[in-house]
Amino acid sequence: MSTGGRVLTDEMVEAIKAFIPRYPSKQAVTLPALHIVNERLRYVPPQAVVEIAGLLDLAPSQVQDTLSFYGYFKQDQPHGRCRLWVCRSISCALRGADDLLDHLSHTLHVQPGETTPDGRVTLEYAECLGACEHAPCMLANDQLVKSVGHQQADEFVKGLP
Amino acid sequence: MPDFQPTLLAQVGKPESHTRRVYEQSGGYQALRKVLKGMAPKDIVETVKSSGLRGRGGAGFPTGLKWTFLPPNHPGPIYFCLNADESEPGTFNNRILMEDDPHQVLEGLIISCFATQARVAYYYMRCEYPLAFERTTAALAECYEAGYLGQNILGSGYSLDIYMHRGAGAYICGEETGLIESLEGKRAWPRIKPPFPAVEGAFRKPTVVNNVETVACVKQIVERGVDWFKSIGIPPDPANPRDAGSYGPKLYCLSGHINRPGCYEAPLGITCQDLIDRFGGGIWKGRQAKAAIPGGISMGLLKADEFHCPLDFNGPGKFGCLGLGTAAVVVMDETTSMVDFLLNSCRFFSHESCGQCTPCREGTHWATQMMTRIKHGKGRHRDLDLLAEIGETIGIMPGTTICGLADGAAWPIKNCIKKFRQELEEYIRRTNPTGWMETNPVPALELVGIH
Repeated sequence: MSTGGRVLTDEMVEAIKAFIPRYPSKQAVTLPALHIVNERLRYVPPQAVVEIAGLLDLAPSQVQDTLSFYGYFKQDQPHGRCRLWVCRSISCALRGADDLLDHLSHTLHVQPGETTPDGRVTLEYAECLGACEHAPCMLANDQLVKSVGHQQADEFVKGLP
Repeated sequence: MPDFQPTLLAQVGKPESHTRRVYEQSGGYQALRKVLKGMAPKDIVETVKSSGLRGRGGAGFPTGLKWTFLPPNHPGPIYFCLNADESEPGTFNNRILMEDDPHQVLEGLIISCFATQARVAYYYMRCEYPLAFERTTAALAECYEAGYLGQNILGSGYSLDIYMHRGAGAYICGEETGLIESLEGKRAWPRIKPPFPAVEGAFRKPTVVNNVETVACVKQIVERGVDWFKSIGIPPDPANPRDAGSYGPKLYCLSGHINRPGCYEAPLGITCQDLIDRFGGGIWKGRQAKAAIPGGISMGLLKADEFHCPLDFNGPGKFGCLGLGTAAVVVMDETTSMVDFLLNSCRFFSHESCGQCTPCREGTHWATQMMTRIKHGKGRHRDLDLLAEIGETIGIMPGTTICGLADGAAWPIKNCIKKFRQELEEYIRRTNPTGWMETNPVPALELVGIH
């Protein structure tokens, strides 16, 4: 895969290794390791896959196989400082989620999956975020934004660093 | 139901309800103390078995019976996986428990682990629940501090570690063998059963996978007794020898076109109408209801004139639905287009099909493509027959797939076409006045010469 320089810091390596005693197989640390890297780099570049594989005694293709199954880890470039997930499943859809996603796509000038040029926001659609009593809802990094109208969405995006 | 008191949600809404201090003030961890002081694991299994508790995650399999499938006198290790990958559209009851009462879940989990003699448990939580993750992680630390976890718990000689494990945005991880594969660090492709996880599960060892609400019920059963649990709900239907009854309280989720969406606790068997009227405050905007999903989108549809359906494990099946599922009721008002509903449902399942079995991977995608075409005014009446054919042929019930995801994809299609065919046909005729009667296949894209 990549032949670039090392991307995992010592801190990341230690954080990954700390998970190894929890499981009877090193491969089980794959998802925790991907999360650890993704939290810090906001993506998991191919070189990180190679290095994770090295730590877990796996072939890089095994880590890549798992990574590519989940829609969660970007590989080409870091996602924005805010990854904004707009729920589009049925409870939110019944209360205007598709319009909300269109609206945000229009005002941010990005398609779902893309990042604004200033790196502030990556817009994403999500399947059910499990907050249907607050439909339509969005998850902005770790913050659940509830019962979002267009105006509220605009204000929320404006307030993002 | 006038004297029904919530138990699973009793703490929810109190200040600091997620802390151990508040949980213990209301009797928290007394059930665990009782268990570790004088009960044998087999006593708890027996208690849970005789309570008639059925799994709350969707399939409704009897919990105590599931535990007895573990090989007897196994030298170990036995693993316990807590399924907190809640992602069925419309469902959020596990999130409420994990955010507002994480200790109830943990106490139930520790008791369940003791009953099954697991010494390691993995708490598999979807990664889209950051607050639930934070509070559960903090609650775990509080448990270790108090000696409810770790070595020699409360001097009983029993030891248990619980580890948090986060998912990465895949619905299929809620299927128990998909969860196990994902836990092992692989793509979450469900396994062919048998062997069942109780015999060969995580890391090829005997494994129990239970839902969050299920273990919360275990805690309540140990504390309040079998008679209490069986005093709530619906006994087995004498006319149906396969019915194990629907006992106990249940967390119902209400969302959609309703005045007061929320998570409500009621005895199993409350009707859809009662839930909407008494808890949900009726349909929003003074409108009429048109339909409702009875238990998560996989379960299909009830028409408004079917809302007398009791929401127990048997009820929705009598109205052509797949089952009770997660008991998440999503209400649709009279303005809802069934084309939009079905497109949304098909889109969800084609996005979440894991891709392992061809009938599901292809069937869900073709259904989404057809619904997209219909939505955009290019539908034909014949498409409905094709959709119905997909609905009849994908799934574990027709025997074409490994897991039940495709059955969940099929049911909304089948129910919608059966119960709302006229509306779908009218939409197709109205939006495609010149082509709706076309019966020839839609021409495929011309292939670029391969040879």
